[in-house]
Amino acid sequence: MKRVADIALPLAVAALLLAGWEWAVSHWQVPVYVLPAPSAIARAFTENLGSLMAALASTLTVTLEAFAAACVLGIATAIAFSQSRLLERTLYPYAVILQVTPVVAIAPLILIWVGFERINLALVIIATIVAFFPILAGATLGLKSADFNLIDLTRLYGASRAQTLWRIRLPTALPYILSGMKTAGGLALIGAVVAEFVAGSGTATGLAWRIVESGNRLEIATLFAALALLAATGVLIFAALSLMEWWLLRRWHESAISAS
Amino acid sequence: MIALSGIAKRFANGVQAVSDLSFAVERGEFVSLLGPSGCGKSTALRLAAGLLQPDAGTVTYANGKPEIGFVFQDHTLMPWADALTNARLPLDLKHVARGEADARAAAALARVGLAGFEHAFPRELSGGMKMRVSIARALAAEPQLLLLDEPFAALDEITRNGLGDDLLKLWREDGLTVLFVTHSVSESSYLSQRVLVMTPRPGRIAADIVLPGGRDNRLAPATIEAQRSISATLNSSVAA
Repeated sequence: MKRVADIALPLAVAALLLAGWEWAVSHWQVPVYVLPAPSAIARAFTENLGSLMAALASTLTVTLEAFAAACVLGIATAIAFSQSRLLERTLYPYAVILQVTPVVAIAPLILIWVGFERINLALVIIATIVAFFPILAGATLGLKSADFNLIDLTRLYGASRAQTLWRIRLPTALPYILSGMKTAGGLALIGAVVAEFVAGSGTATGLAWRIVESGNRLEIATLFAALALLAATGVLIFAALSLMEWWLLRRWHESAISAS
Repeated sequence: MIALSGIAKRFANGVQAVSDLSFAVERGEFVSLLGPSGCGKSTALRLAAGLLQPDAGTVTYANGKPEIGFVFQDHTLMPWADALTNARLPLDLKHVARGEADARAAAALARVGLAGFEHAFPRELSGGMKMRVSIARALAAEPQLLLLDEPFAALDEITRNGLGDDLLKLWREDGLTVLFVTHSVSESSYLSQRVLVMTPRPGRIAADIVLPGGRDNRLAPATIEAQRSISATLNSSVAA
């Protein structure tokens, strides 16, 4: 019953909002270039389905590549940090600097360095920078959170560093890494969109560019359709990662058990 | 089996945990290390296991470092792994082949009364059962020396007594050498052959009490008498 409510209630709110929106637009005769009705957006969506899907595929490719790169780099860096406090103390501040510097400010630089002829690589690098930090922060904390007594036990049995890492530290870090990944999934999408905005015309073919282009042409219904597609993609990424988190933790972690 | 001689250990925070700590445990003995909270009992046990290095003094083993089993105050299990995988940890770390490791871990679980619970996760087990898995893990490596750090302190009395009896049985059957840290006079009076009473911090041995036989159960006159004598020694060592 509770699960049905979890799904039904947000959907009911969405239906109410859309109905109210549709009514308001027709009642006050709001011009379509200011606020199109949901029905107009749906029409724009079906009319532009091919090009929107192509744009989505482009943005999604950048997002997934950046997300994968952020996972590999974030976890690998955290493992390196966990093996050497000196390395962590030396390099962590630079990771923080990378995190707090607005990516729109460094994106033009990256585009110039990588070159517009390799625009996709540049987009992936920018989105990776945005998505990298939550995974690094989560994995670093997680790898440090291993039970000291368990670590002592591995020492007692003469375990190598690699064994301790594989058998104790990484499983301990898993919930922290997965939590970082959930944040990073959304950030990779945001990073990809920001990168496309900065890259501008003639190069980008993703959803962000469709939004800019539709805005310039006052095709506001198409703009909304692209926007809705973007939001739905973000929700789907989050849902997929939440499902993976639940599946990996379902047997043992409090977070997954209380949720089931 | 193991001898600590003139051991001193100060921690980074300035606490002098033990000072001039000396004692020996013979092969096959069941020895309790008894003292008030914070007197350095756990430190002594970690020094004996080689998990801590002393600032002064020596830890010597009779015939090279024996295979050591260690049981902590809390169960210290891997929550992500089932009972069998937990009990198998020492064997996995020693690269024992999976088939043999599984068989030995399952046998260890059976010995502590957990046959049939091989694939239960720690969260599905009671406090006493978790502690049994922890003991099975220590047994899986077939230790000669078993070190236990107040293993039953967090358990209720009925569970504690049951586990104490099981521990005695394992000790008798395997010819183990046991060093058992506790703050319970009654536990030490029933379980052990010798009780080493420690002073308050910095800990050293205040008395070495050899207990007589006839302590067949917790309420036997010899057990009660042993409690009386241990309590008297403990009180005078704390007061001194």
